[in-house]
Amino acid sequence: MRFILPVAIFTVLVGFFWIGLSKDPSEVPSPFIGKPAPTFSLSELKNPELTVSNLDLKGKPTLFNVWATWCVGCRQEHEMLMQLAAMDVVPIYGLNYRDDREDAKRWLKGLGDPYVAVGYDPDGAAGLDWGVYGAPETFLVDPAGVVVYKHLGPMTMSVWREQFMPRIQSMSGSGS
Amino acid sequence: MNRAVAALVIGLILSGAAHSIDSEGPLPTPELQARFEQLTNELRCLVCQNQTVADSNADLARDLRDRTREMLLSGATDKQIVAFMTERYGDFVLYRPPVSPKTWLLWAAPALLLIIGSFTAFLVIRRRSLTTDLPEEGEDPFPTTDTNHHA
Repeated sequence: MRFILPVAIFTVLVGFFWIGLSKDPSEVPSPFIGKPAPTFSLSELKNPELTVSNLDLKGKPTLFNVWATWCVGCRQEHEMLMQLAAMDVVPIYGLNYRDDREDAKRWLKGLGDPYVAVGYDPDGAAGLDWGVYGAPETFLVDPAGVVVYKHLGPMTMSVWREQFMPRIQSMSGSGS
Repeated sequence: MNRAVAALVIGLILSGAAHSIDSEGPLPTPELQARFEQLTNELRCLVCQNQTVADSNADLARDLRDRTREMLLSGATDKQIVAFMTERYGDFVLYRPPVSPKTWLLWAAPALLLIIGSFTAFLVIRRRSLTTDLPEEGEDPFPTTDTNHHA
């Protein structure tokens, strides 16, 4: 009888820690989910005379991938992005965040270019509007231009299968 | 040894000069500067989460400081700046999150813990005073002054 209270407290604490410690503290819920993609208009990385804007992210499901040559996780996920581009399920748009144009072009030349178009954002202004705080970040935008999902960290096959594919399928299923 | 001490002293003197981590000087009026400091000390740097935007050296923190500075200079109110930041980074960017269904437990926790604690203390103290007042069964109701004998 006298053990009930300590055991109850212990169980509750274990529960709290179980949930609390299994979360990744660097993953901050994005306030953009369910909201229209932030407006931006940037010069395209490889063709500076062209612009990339939030209007490009409308009319079809798109991926919006934030990357930079200084970002280790971006190097990790690059192979995966190349595979996704080859699968041709959704067009991948890029945001080259706080980077150097020449470095970024060399990166795409050496490793391959999975992007339909890349916005060049050297001072991170568009990144700030997207709430970017740790590249790589990948947003899923629906045909209406609404942000549906955000993945922080390198894209992997399991993340793609478990988080992105079902959402993309439900978009095309709803007839949009 | 003396040299090391001298180097330390000089280093400490010079560190006073490294007051601000940004190259830009203070804002034009003391009032704006005070608001700048107030705001950047309330905002969390999302890269190094236990530092404020004012403290952190991270690029992101610098961006947020620059943006705060620009907005202050263009006449934005504190409220507008905080709204701008939370629109992009969520409530997480605030060191003092607003009271909402998600955070009421956080805000109420100190008061709740105080109530639970005082209630427990009350129970324990009362039980103790009851047990010391009444000698338990088998206990000598008239203990001798030599307490060691009983212990």
